[in-house]
Amino acid sequence: MLTVEVDKKLGEFSLNVSFVSESGVTALFGPSGTGKTSIISMVAGLLKPDRGQIVLDEEVLFDGAKGIDVRPWKRHIGTVFQEGRLFPHLSVKHNLDYGRWMSGCAADPKTFAHVVELLDIGHLLDRRPGKLSGGERQRVAFGRALLMRPRLLLLDEPLASLDAARKAEILPYLERLRDDARVPMIYVSHDAAEVKRIANRVVRLDAGRVAATGGVELLDAPFQ
Amino acid sequence: MLDLSPQDWTAVLLSLRIAVVATIVALPFGIAVAYLLARKSFWGKSLVDAVVHLPLVLPPVVTGYLLLITFGRKAPVGAFLADHFGIVFSFRWTGAALACGIMAFPLMVRAIRLSIEAIDRKLEDAAATLGANRFWNFLTITLPLTLPGIIAGAMLAFARALGEFGATITFVSNIPGETQTISAAIYTLTQVPGGDAAALSLVVVAVIISLAALVASEWFARRAAIRLHGG
Repeated sequence: MLTVEVDKKLGEFSLNVSFVSESGVTALFGPSGTGKTSIISMVAGLLKPDRGQIVLDEEVLFDGAKGIDVRPWKRHIGTVFQEGRLFPHLSVKHNLDYGRWMSGCAADPKTFAHVVELLDIGHLLDRRPGKLSGGERQRVAFGRALLMRPRLLLLDEPLASLDAARKAEILPYLERLRDDARVPMIYVSHDAAEVKRIANRVVRLDAGRVAATGGVELLDAPFQ
Repeated sequence: MLDLSPQDWTAVLLSLRIAVVATIVALPFGIAVAYLLARKSFWGKSLVDAVVHLPLVLPPVVTGYLLLITFGRKAPVGAFLADHFGIVFSFRWTGAALACGIMAFPLMVRAIRLSIEAIDRKLEDAAATLGANRFWNFLTITLPLTLPGIIAGAMLAFARALGEFGATITFVSNIPGETQTISAAIYTLTQVPGGDAAALSLVVVAVIISLAALVASEWFARRAAIRLHGG
C-alpha cells in the first residue's frame, strides 16, 4: 500500500495532494499541467517534496518532519517514463538486465524469458534503442522496469508519445503485464479511454489538488 | 627524404613518449575537473574555471617560468617531491610531460565538459530508479555517454602536447636525449648552418604523426558515436 501526502511548490504552481493506492492499478488522472508527473517523481525519489510523507508498505520513504528521504536507488520502485529513456549505448538485452546488475542479483533466465515473451521483444534483444520504433521502445521500457522486481511500478504517461495506432497496439501488452505481474501500479494519464482499460481505481487531479477519488466511473464526470 | 640521425630519432620517440604520458596522466584529472565544472556549483567555481584556462591565454614562456619556480629542484614543491617521493621534474623528460600536460589541460577539459553538459540527465534519473547509486550511475551511464568528448579531448591534448615548445624549453631546457622534443630539435637545427635539410625531415615526421593522430581520433569518435546511437 502506498500513502502519499505531500506539498510541493514549483514556481508559481503549488502541488498539494494526498491519496492512498492499494493493490491493482491506481490511475492519476487529470489534464496536463496538474502535477501528475511531479507526484510520480516524488514517489520515485527524483524530486524532493517541501513537506509531507510518502509511505510504501509500512516503509517511510519520505518524511519532511523527521528528515527521512530514501535515495531513489534504494526505493526499489520501477518507473516507466513517457519517453522510455532507454540507455542508448546499451543493447536491448543489456537495458533489460540493467536493474538486475545494479541490485547484484544472479541471472534468472526463466523470469527473463517470461517477460521477454510477455512483451514480445525477443527479436529485439541484440538491437540498440536507436533502432527501435516508439512502440518497441516502450515495450522494452516496461520490461526493464519489470525485471528489476519492483515493489511498485510507476507508469508516467507511457503511451503519450505514441500515435493512436501504436497505442492500440501496446495497450494489450500493458493489460497482460498488469494481469501477469501482480505488481501494484500507479498509472498517470490524461486519456480517459486508456485509463478505463487499465486502472481499477482513479485519483482525479485538478490544478495541483485531488478533486475526487473512486472507481473508474469518475472518468465520465466532467471537470469543473 | 627522411634522413634522420640517431639523435633525431631520439627526439621523435621522446616527443611521442612525453605526449602520450602527458595525455594519459592528465585524463583522469581532466574528466574529474570537467565533471565538477559541468555539474557542481561550489564556492570559487569561476576561479577554478579561470585557473584551468590560464595556460591557454598565458604566454607559454610564462607558464614554463612558473613551473620552474614551483617545481624546480630548489623550489618549494619541487624540493618536497624530490625529498619525500623521489620525483624530480627539473631538466628531466618527466618535467617536459608535466609542462605538456598543463599546457594541454584546458583543451582537454573543454571538450569533455561540453560532452558532459550534452548528456540527457533524465537517463541518469532512470538509472537511479533502476538501483544505480551515484558511483555506478557515473561508471555505467555518464562515462560511456561522455566517451566521444573524452576521445576528442585526449586527441586535442595529445596534439597540443606534441607541439608544445615554449613552456617545455623554459622549464626543462633543450637537452638531447632527455628533454629535446621534435619541436626543440627542429629549433636547434634551424639555428646551425646547414641544418635546414635535417630540420625538414623532422618537420615531415611531425606532420605525419599529427595527421595520424587526427585520422585515428576521427575513427574512434565515429565508432563511439555509432555505439551510442546504434549503427
